Amino acid sequence: MKLRTLTLGLLSASALAFAAHAESITIATVNNGDMVRMQKLTEDFTKANPDIQLNWVTLEENVLRERVTTDIATKGGQYDVMTIGTYEVPIWAKQSWLLPLDKLGDDYDAKDIIPAIAGGLSVDGKLYAAPFYGESSFVMYRKDLMDKAGLKMPDAPTWDFIKQAADKMTDRANGVNGVCLRGKAGWGENMAFLTAMSNSFGARWFDENWKPQFDQPEWKNTLQFYVDLMKADGPEGASSNGFNENLALFQQGKCGMWIDATVAASFVSDPKNSTVADKVGYALAPDNGLGKRGNWLWAWSLAIPAGTQKADAAEKFVSWATSKHYAELVASKEGWANAPPGTRTSLYANAEYQKAAPFAKMTLDSINAADPTHPTVKPVPYVGVQFVAIPEFQGLGTTVGQLFSAALAGQSSVDDALKQAQDAATAAMTEGGYIK
Amino acid sequence: MARSVTTQHKTIATVAAWIVALLIFFPILYTIITSFKSEQEAIQGFSIIPSGTFESYSEVQAQSGYFKFFFNSVLLSVGSTILALLVAIPAAWSMAFSPTKRTKDILMWMLSTKMMPAVAVLFPIYLIFRDTGLLDSRIGLMIMLMLINLPIVVWMLYTYFREIPGEILEAARMDGASLWNEIVYVLTPMAVPGIASTMLLNIILAWNEAFWTIRLTTTEAAPLTAFISSFSSPQGLFWAKLSAASTLAIAPILIMGWFSQKQLVRGLTFGAVK
Repeated sequence: MKLRTLTLGLLSASALAFAAHAESITIATVNNGDMVRMQKLTEDFTKANPDIQLNWVTLEENVLRERVTTDIATKGGQYDVMTIGTYEVPIWAKQSWLLPLDKLGDDYDAKDIIPAIAGGLSVDGKLYAAPFYGESSFVMYRKDLMDKAGLKMPDAPTWDFIKQAADKMTDRANGVNGVCLRGKAGWGENMAFLTAMSNSFGARWFDENWKPQFDQPEWKNTLQFYVDLMKADGPEGASSNGFNENLALFQQGKCGMWIDATVAASFVSDPKNSTVADKVGYALAPDNGLGKRGNWLWAWSLAIPAGTQKADAAEKFVSWATSKHYAELVASKEGWANAPPGTRTSLYANAEYQKAAPFAKMTLDSINAADPTHPTVKPVPYVGVQFVAIPEFQGLGTTVGQLFSAALAGQSSVDDALKQAQDAATAAMTEGGYIK
Repeated sequence: MARSVTTQHKTIATVAAWIVALLIFFPILYTIITSFKSEQEAIQGFSIIPSGTFESYSEVQAQSGYFKFFFNSVLLSVGSTILALLVAIPAAWSMAFSPTKRTKDILMWMLSTKMMPAVAVLFPIYLIFRDTGLLDSRIGLMIMLMLINLPIVVWMLYTYFREIPGEILEAARMDGASLWNEIVYVLTPMAVPGIASTMLLNIILAWNEAFWTIRLTTTEAAPLTAFISSFSSPQGLFWAKLSAASTLAIAPILIMGWFSQKQLVRGLTFGAVK
């Protein structure tokens, strides 16, 4: 009897000890194809790490951004791994809100991360977030419509060529718009596109003394060109169009060209959802011969908040999810075309990937053409290609986005929009203490 | 002649009511229709005839377990409603039958708290929840939902109680009823329609509350509002899946509302016409 009691006691104690030892980490993430796929494949991780349980919180991008910002700023400790973008990483790392990722393991091969992406996720040479997938932007165009127009898209087009091609491809009687571009207001919507575009026109948000530059001719040229192009060749109601709306238009054959995220290439070339899947060509984002192209750089990355109590388990997970092994796992289960793009140089050297993803080379060239530390023709005091990595940018970027969206909708003139943008930016910079 | 005019008016009123009802319900109907389409169909412009696929439903269920979120929604909406009634019935009784000169001011002040944007108090509330260990807890969220709906519950009950003649309560007191007996055995049975419709409305409000339920939860206490949010994506077209998730989230409350509509309308119009 005593022996049985003792055995039962020991067994219960061991079970309790195991339960106490098993750590559960909470991962906050966005809802997109690559992230959802990762959730399905986590068995590979939990098999190798039976002492770590994974809890997922999937949220819409803007809600996620607000939730994780609230949590990290108040040290709420709700998450052990956060999915954040290249905008947040330098700001949060400087605030000491993130842990540096220096225990990713010997076989992680951090040097394999594409240098432009790694640069955007590092502060003082230390990596603060590991990229899960990266993207730039480029031109997606209809090869059949280009042929019909009697033109040939160069690998590296100019804005003048884009205008000429858009004019020729526009056929409103048949519902074809020469070009589809973002118009919906928001720092991550129309301002991501317009800021990157302005870089190729020689414009910048601020000079070296943080003085706003919307009163300079470069911004006037950018906005005027954009509004004129969209009025002549863009879709109706373009001021309400973001990524998803333009994706739907392009997939239905209603756009001759679409300049947007490289990640869209896998959607528009998917015959299951796109009516023009076999007619799409790719080219670098346009330039004006000034040395900068109108493409951006973004990476959804996994970071560990400084307030977590489970840093080791969290870093093990980050290492697994962003490793070369994970890309191979995706390839073995769902094919190379579905491997997370834009993070590792080795992926682009892989012949099987190149075969499965015809847009691979152009994606890599676009990513390499973006430099977040020197984004503009003239010098600037900030980091970021399609954003300015300061906390004030989210609010200011959206305000300016609303003004520019109104100019596109014809509710105000380009001059008025720029003047109001200059006033709003000056007020924000003065209030933030950037302008003394 | 008079009869034919009346019949004509009735027909016009019925047709107008149906048109208005259809207009109001159409977004929900279209969401339900879209949930039975494939993703490609969903983006191919307006169409009210779906192919009838259940693909989105099975993917939604496979991606994130619906029932855990559903259970939390039921628990939070019913729990917060019971808590609110426990506080609001005595409060409304006191204001309706023993008013002071400040009663109106208190009622107005309670209502004024609903005029403040919730985001204005996000940080203080978040810090309180963090320090009291209530983040991602069902009880914390129940208290939160009870507090945000309390002004409406008190106001509604106050309006119903005012309709009950004070003399009946006085008679009960003359017969020796204690305060507790007066509220439980006299007032409450008389106010049942009002309490029931208040309860139903509060359950609907708590079920649909999306600001706090998304911001104060992560995994354990997350209700259906968080479930829907996880299917919204600015980069990628998942309209059919999002519609399926929305349909699953609104179906229980829609069914409950359908069965209790008479009670709800009766309660909401109680005392409207004198």
